[in-house]
Amino acid sequence: MRFTKDHEWVEVDGDVATVGITAYAAEQLGDVVFVETPDVGKTVKAGDGFAVVESVKAASDVYAPISGEVVEANAALGDAPETVNAAPEASGWFAKVKLSNPAEVDALMDRHAYEAYLQTL
Amino acid sequence: MSTDPTDAPLKTTPLHAAHLALGARMVPFAGYEMPVQYTEGVLKEHLWTREHAGIFDVSHMGQARLRGVAPLAAFEEVVPGDFINLKAGKQKYSVLLNRQGGIIDDLMASRPVNSLGTGDDGLFVIVNGACKENDFKVIADELGPQVTIERYEDRALIALQGPEAAAVFQHYAPDAAAMVFMDVRLMTAFGVDLIVSRSGYTGEDGYEISVPAEAADDVWNVLLSNPQVKPIGLGARDSLRLEAGMPLYGHDLDETVSPVEAGLTFAINKNRREQRDFPGAARIVKELAEGPPRVCVALKVLEGAPAREGAEIADAAGKVIGVVTSGGFSPVLKQGIAIGFVAGPKPEPGAILNVIVRGKPQRAEVVKSPFVPHRYVRKI
Repeated sequence: MRFTKDHEWVEVDGDVATVGITAYAAEQLGDVVFVETPDVGKTVKAGDGFAVVESVKAASDVYAPISGEVVEANAALGDAPETVNAAPEASGWFAKVKLSNPAEVDALMDRHAYEAYLQTL
Repeated sequence: MSTDPTDAPLKTTPLHAAHLALGARMVPFAGYEMPVQYTEGVLKEHLWTREHAGIFDVSHMGQARLRGVAPLAAFEEVVPGDFINLKAGKQKYSVLLNRQGGIIDDLMASRPVNSLGTGDDGLFVIVNGACKENDFKVIADELGPQVTIERYEDRALIALQGPEAAAVFQHYAPDAAAMVFMDVRLMTAFGVDLIVSRSGYTGEDGYEISVPAEAADDVWNVLLSNPQVKPIGLGARDSLRLEAGMPLYGHDLDETVSPVEAGLTFAINKNRREQRDFPGAARIVKELAEGPPRVCVALKVLEGAPAREGAEIADAAGKVIGVVTSGGFSPVLKQGIAIGFVAGPKPEPGAILNVIVRGKPQRAEVVKSPFVPHRYVRKI
């Protein structure tokens, strides 16, 4: 699993990356009440707004950590947005993206580096 | 009216250390560093208040005593309510008006008395924290030497709200048991002098307790020692008041909005409408007769994301007719709810409009306010 400074994670399987938000991000947001996942077929560029996650109080953008085409969105979040809090780095995933530039993944932090980054916040 | 001045250091309330000890997340609000949430988060704090009792620090709000030869009559020069006939021991909601009939702030004003009915002393006024300096200046300027304003900057304000609030508070303050909604009493409890109203900003039964600053920590901790009571931050205070259909100054109300537009006509008493002797009376009486150019609506969002402040409101044909001024997710209804303003005439409950969220129209139904029924104790 790789991580961004904006607290997204990426798990690559072949040429498809599963994307979600980290446990730290879920904790900061508080109880998630709504998730807007990207449409399947949409092409995203690393750094673009990609999804929106909403708590009672506010809406927050989630940025695409990598570029590619959305091949699946986590439909289960529609009825159970709280999954993002319960299992942010597992069943609370947002979308799967077919990588257009796999090298982007290598530029992301590994868990050790991400945890060191969290210590600086 | 900035709620977040960057040019001044943030002030703290007498309960600041108590919030930190409880693990609160602190944010700037109304010039103060205030708890937006505690460790359980907004959703759980909200539901706890609806089911049990929540304790809130609202000491940022402005408290003052207005005195004079005829302070009730004098106060009517800046508000449209009937204060001359306000009974001792009662509180009343009102709005401070500018000369165009726009709302400078909304407020509570009362005549606190003790359980013997004595102690009546002018008018006790509570205004919004972000507006308080300007409010008291406006009142002083408009009323001149006929009133004196004694600011209660040495008092904290604690709200205890929820269905279990009354039982908890009455254990320490037995005099509070005889109070109904909008009663205000002077009483001694926790070893200090309190000014207590049976009212609040959640739609629930409960009390707001004005307490000397030096005793605030003690009152807070004693109330919080009850298992029914948890601390609630400003995040849940906002979602609770939204479910209760109550406007928030600086969002739903501002100096351009009249009380008629805001749906606060209950605050414009009949005798005052006839006398037309309050600021902006010409506009307000005209709006009462003909309907205002824009009206406040309550919307349940039927699909998609919650519509938040700034989202456009469109009619069924897609024409933009207004804007959301407060919106979010209702923890009780488990859907988006919003307050907004649309061009008049007022749409009927059941009408379907659209809210535009991130460019996409989503259906929203006009409903009667409040979204969640009030549970005030009006009779004992």
